Amino acid sequence: MMSAEAAARVATGPIIEMRNVNKWYGDFHVLRDVNFTVAQKQKVVVCGPSGSGKSTMIRCINRLEEHQQGEIIVDGVELTNDLKNIEAIRREVGMVFQQFNLFPHLTVLENLTLAPIWVLKQPKKQAEETAMYYLERVQIPEQAHKYPGQLSGGQQQRVAIARSLCMKPKIMLFDEPTSALDPEMIKEVLDVMIELAREGMTMIVVTHEMGFARTVADTVVFMDRGEIVEAAPPHEFFANPRTDRAKLFLSQILGH
Amino acid sequence: MSDTQSHYTSPTFAAAAPEKLPGRTFRDIPPVRWARENLFNTWYNTALTLVIAYFIARFAIGLISWGLVNAVWDVPGTDTRACREIVGIGACWALIGEKFRFIMFGTYPYEEHWRPTVVIFLFLALYGVSAMRRFWNRNLVWIWLAGLTVIGVLMWGGVLGLQFVEQERWGGLPITLILATFGIALAFPLSILLALGRRSDMPAVKVICVTYIELIRGVPLISLLFMASVMFPLFLPEGLTIDKLLRAQVAIILFAAAYLAEVIRGGLQAIPKGQYEAADSLGLSYWQKTGFIVLPQALRLVIPPLVNTFIGLFKDTSLVLIIGIFDLLNSAKTAVNEPAWRGFGLEAYIFVAVIYFVFCFAMSKYSQDLEAELSMHRNR
Repeated sequence: MMSAEAAARVATGPIIEMRNVNKWYGDFHVLRDVNFTVAQKQKVVVCGPSGSGKSTMIRCINRLEEHQQGEIIVDGVELTNDLKNIEAIRREVGMVFQQFNLFPHLTVLENLTLAPIWVLKQPKKQAEETAMYYLERVQIPEQAHKYPGQLSGGQQQRVAIARSLCMKPKIMLFDEPTSALDPEMIKEVLDVMIELAREGMTMIVVTHEMGFARTVADTVVFMDRGEIVEAAPPHEFFANPRTDRAKLFLSQILGH
Repeated sequence: MSDTQSHYTSPTFAAAAPEKLPGRTFRDIPPVRWARENLFNTWYNTALTLVIAYFIARFAIGLISWGLVNAVWDVPGTDTRACREIVGIGACWALIGEKFRFIMFGTYPYEEHWRPTVVIFLFLALYGVSAMRRFWNRNLVWIWLAGLTVIGVLMWGGVLGLQFVEQERWGGLPITLILATFGIALAFPLSILLALGRRSDMPAVKVICVTYIELIRGVPLISLLFMASVMFPLFLPEGLTIDKLLRAQVAIILFAAAYLAEVIRGGLQAIPKGQYEAADSLGLSYWQKTGFIVLPQALRLVIPPLVNTFIGLFKDTSLVLIIGIFDLLNSAKTAVNEPAWRGFGLEAYIFVAVIYFVFCFAMSKYSQDLEAELSMHRNR
């Protein structure tokens, strides 16, 4: 299922492990026996039809959603109801959302420094320096003192990425980061993500951007109806999908 | 009146205006022309305009002749014959001049009236400082503590060579300001906790908050005030008494908190789930998330209903007259109890109504400005 290279990395120690994870929304079985391992520095792209549980799966990793069965271990810490563990994991795991979810009442700079100051207890000056560094990296340092509402969607999403990076996370989760963007802004966000991948960030990206998957992913995970149906390196997955469900999905998404 | 008005506006604005005058108001065109196009453009509009103008004019003329032309502004001492002769024809403003101090300060010792006067101005200064955004920092707490200490010293006295004045003798505007200020200042944080508690995941906390809010909201303030003044002392151990004003104050705080909590809950519900998730994913704790992300946004959304409740609370403090506390309204009522002035309640009530209006209107105006200022950055 996995490339030799990726398998070798797993051997060095997985940073995320999901074992037999199950989750229900009422009667709806949203995650079915999900088994999934991510090695350090691995880039995973998760795709699948809508409602297949891909967002739910990555949201379980930082406990925005609770799983009901199985275990999830992130950086050696098991996710349980223990709030201390949850907070510890959230400090290590950055997340970027489809709707950006910037704090509209704070300036861009305040958005970036809030958590470092209050969660990591960084001095304000240091937090601001880090924030400016990442704003340079996502190429919008000049927007530091504006409010999110004054920025374009692409700029907002880049701020959101920078906001997560300011926490110096070990893992970055991206939940359809370009789905809410106008087409002309998708590239600027993907470029930032590609850059981040090059630097060796461990990333799990839920996306329909198959070009991005080809360029960046070590592993493409295909989900359908709450199950992981296939997990393979992109060249394998795109050239020879093994299951009919994956074939159907690819024909739909690449067809247009 | 409102019925006539809707008749009058609907044909002009709804039907005719869009075609004839796209977006033109009397600001854009000469008043005479505006009037001709809007008030006298059809025979029924003309008729309605004339009928309404007639009633407005009659009311205005009546008011002016009663309140200004025929009014008595001064009488010798308590010799109110001049006033009695014009009852129903002119106002007896002499009453206000004569009873001004009693209405404003109640039964507070006459020669010490400078103290409640200073207190009123201190309150106004505190409101003024609090209204300015550049004072919105930690120092504001100290300013308030200092201000309230001075207010307490002035009202009670007994130190620094000031004569001691027991609480039963306090009255008038300071009482109203004390009840309203403490009412708002203490009910507000309590209501935030209640609103958060009502949305809590912890069942016990939630049940307590829901029960509290529903119980308190379900009874009239008057009944709470009665309980505070009559029932509550029965449960206290013998010898222990708690100030009547304090008991009323607590009742007002508890009552207002229940209402405010629901207002704030409305704001909390309007915050998108994504804001909570973003805060969670950054590792913020519950109180950090609440304090930095959720409440600042929620409170700003509910400024209008919040101020609505504050204004209601300010006026509701007048209900303490029912348990014999001499707030502004009760002082005015008592002022006209004296035989010489009996029958001039209208003048006294108009006077206190104006005072209430000034405070409430200031709150309303300020909230509008604040809202505009705070929402500026949300727009492009």
